[in-house]
Amino acid sequence: MDNLNLLIQAPILNVQLLLDGLWIGAIFALAAFGMALVWGVMNIINVAQGEFVMLGGFITLMVMEAGLSPLLGIPAAAIVLFVLGWLLYRVIIWRIVDADMFISLLATFGISIMMQQLMNEIFGSDVRTAESGLGMFYLFDNMVTVSQIKVLAFVLAFAIGLALWLFLKRSRLGQAIRATSQNPRAARILGIDTDRVYAATYAINAALCGAAGALVVMAYSIHPYVGLPYTVRSFMIVIMAGLGNLGGVIAAGLGLGAAEQFAGFLLGAEYQLAFVFLLLVVVLVWRQMVLARRRQYLK
Amino acid sequence: MNRRLANVIAILALGVIGILGPWLFPAHLSQFSKLWLFIVLALTWDLLGGQTGYNSFGNVVFFGIGMYAAAVTQVGLYYPVAAYTAAKGGGTEFVFDVAQFYTGLAVGLPVGGIMAALAAAALGMVILGMRGHYFAIATLGLAIAAGELAAGWEYIGAGSGMVTPTPPDTIDTTLLFYYLSFALAAVTFGFLAWLYSTRFGLAINAIRDDEDKAEAMGHHTTRNKVITWTISAFFLGIAGGIFGNLSKFIDPIDVAFNGAEVGVWMILMAILGGKGTLWGPVIGAAVFYVTKELFWTYLLGWQRVALGALIVIIVVFFPQGIVGWLKERWPERFGPSKEEMEAADAKGGA
Amino acid sequence: MTQPLLDVCNVSKAFGGVIANRNISLKVNRGQIVGLIGPNGSGKTTLFNSIVGYHPIDDGEIWFKGEEISRYRVGRIARLGLLRTFQQTRIYGRMTCMENMLISLPERESSFLDLLKSRHSAGIQRAKDLLEFVGLYSKRYHYAGDLSFGQQKLLEFAMALINEPEMLLLDEPTAGINPTLINGLIDRLKRANEELGITLLVIEHNMRVIMNLAEHIYCLAHGEMLAEGSPEEIRNDQRVIDAYLGAH
Repeated sequence: MDNLNLLIQAPILNVQLLLDGLWIGAIFALAAFGMALVWGVMNIINVAQGEFVMLGGFITLMVMEAGLSPLLGIPAAAIVLFVLGWLLYRVIIWRIVDADMFISLLATFGISIMMQQLMNEIFGSDVRTAESGLGMFYLFDNMVTVSQIKVLAFVLAFAIGLALWLFLKRSRLGQAIRATSQNPRAARILGIDTDRVYAATYAINAALCGAAGALVVMAYSIHPYVGLPYTVRSFMIVIMAGLGNLGGVIAAGLGLGAAEQFAGFLLGAEYQLAFVFLLLVVVLVWRQMVLARRRQYLK
Repeated sequence: MNRRLANVIAILALGVIGILGPWLFPAHLSQFSKLWLFIVLALTWDLLGGQTGYNSFGNVVFFGIGMYAAAVTQVGLYYPVAAYTAAKGGGTEFVFDVAQFYTGLAVGLPVGGIMAALAAAALGMVILGMRGHYFAIATLGLAIAAGELAAGWEYIGAGSGMVTPTPPDTIDTTLLFYYLSFALAAVTFGFLAWLYSTRFGLAINAIRDDEDKAEAMGHHTTRNKVITWTISAFFLGIAGGIFGNLSKFIDPIDVAFNGAEVGVWMILMAILGGKGTLWGPVIGAAVFYVTKELFWTYLLGWQRVALGALIVIIVVFFPQGIVGWLKERWPERFGPSKEEMEAADAKGGA
Repeated sequence: MTQPLLDVCNVSKAFGGVIANRNISLKVNRGQIVGLIGPNGSGKTTLFNSIVGYHPIDDGEIWFKGEEISRYRVGRIARLGLLRTFQQTRIYGRMTCMENMLISLPERESSFLDLLKSRHSAGIQRAKDLLEFVGLYSKRYHYAGDLSFGQQKLLEFAMALINEPEMLLLDEPTAGINPTLINGLIDRLKRANEELGITLLVIEHNMRVIMNLAEHIYCLAHGEMLAEGSPEEIRNDQRVIDAYLGAH
């Protein structure tokens, strides 16, 4: 616990960790927003969520290798993943929308395995990053460094999330999506093509994750097996916040980001992932205890 | 009666093949040892996944725990474990004579099973109170977390892994581990066949069909789920112990907590054969293992991609699995027959 | 005998701003058949759910056998001997009727080891008798999921009986059942009460059924207790008549 003493003796380090946590937390929240959307509308927990993020990262890398700015990777990843999400829906997901949740869990688990291994075959398992070429901000007499790309990613994550939120509130399709999530049968009777709504929802989620992945590869790093932790984080954020609670998703996302930074610093970076999974169990147990008091189960 | 007879014949045939294995396929004995272990993996996954309706993505954790616990016990009975792992298991000072080797196995394998079962019970009490999909996601990261913890723990060799005790030259270990694997598969199968015939079997099926109803009828659903997972982990832990010895070397991520391979395989084998049936996992494991051995090399690294695709295809297009399909196709031969049930309860009622 | 088997005292329950139950009190004595009626949306099922533990109550107390159960969850209440059936039936679809019955044998006192006894050793005769009792004997090896809605309802009733509850809450037992079978069902409910000693609290929309069946009736309207009394008193109560006419 040497690092704990360090934190107490140099409080400014806390600021550094907190800020680092907030930057990445916004990206967690973005992926969680998508998971909540698919979960709420289609009643599917998409285990392949993190793999969409990972794919978005690799697409951005390809954009950069083609000599373009990695920033263009954001729209590129979103578009490619939108198409991929749509295709996945048309080939696989539509068959399992009304099925038991266990079937959709296993099927999306299969999709996630397939995508991990596919990327591993094509790109190898190296850790990669897209150099943005941006510099650093120095605060508090150079005690706190802030990478400009991380700030940019943070801002963009919020902008993308806000845009999607406005889209869901205002547009025709957004209204159809919300109607379907509340009562698919009623929506169908009222003439909403719920099949198209599902396809759009799944594709929008994929696009959202793709954009998040583009931010991840620019500000952080990516490899074929990076997806699973993102899935777990999204899930954790959604159960902390509840479905359809955007404010909660943002708060939980930022909180998780910060918690991970502190845990990584205190326990050592090699245990950061183990910490994420442990935290998931803690969160689930906490939810269970809250619900038990209300005579309910986590379901 | 003919279906009962067919069952008996199938079991006898498998038993004879199992016992005569060393003479039937002497060149592939270690592959067949693994096949028996794979049958155990599929059967134990199905116990919770198929019969109880709770998909676990993290059962490989118990496989790994059993593997390490068995190896540590085998070593720890005679040498300080930390020194052994620090020396990478090599060196002339860590020699096991025949008695020591057999004793180590006799103690180590049950310890492996027990440690895995304890882990499942502890973990289950925490995460089996919630419903299936939450449980499923909660298990998703278990293998990774366990692998990282094992890779950071110096006592068991950390990232550089652990060598299992080297057997004395006089022991034919291929034969030994073949029969151990076969015996474990036979015992697991027999135990589960019996378990599914008890009221406990019905109780876990009730959870699969409608957990709310089971709860409303006063079942101890959480207790039953935890017990189910614990039983599953016990056999899985022993399988892990044997597998570790068979592999001679335990790498934390590539052997013990190998979620991307073994962890996926056990799920695939169970659903391929038919979830929630006794024979399904056995058939699924055999079909999968033979296919894997035949085609693995031709896929040149793409096999893991194919596995993911295979899961999707089976779950979406062939969810009933081989045995489920047989039951649908020829219900008179494989489905439940009325006469038999009546005969069965006439016997029980008398 | 002074203590009622089920004692609901001043229970209130709201969902968001909607008050489903306001200050409801109700007593059921051991051995009685009590009816609970009221127009649609009057809060009958909410009250059932509060009693058997599906959601927390906002105010009041619920006592069963002299034990306060207002905070217990479903499983624990069921193990005390207070069972309910569902308006939308719930059975185990992928098991046969016999298996549905066998797994519903009471588990209250049983440990894990009891469950390991062969499923054939106990209760088979009992299961058959009760399937006979509800008229499903000939279907006993059919998968429960393949039965018609009415048959599933009867199966669910038989499953509840084999569980040997002290008290059974029935949510619209005759809804969806062939009218020609209704008289038979009334008869069976009465026999379950007399022969098996099961206290019944029944939600029912069919007035003829409830007047025939219950010895005491409570009537809910708009989440409040409107009236209570013998079938005769309820039949002639102007408030009850108004509530029903107003609601239809």
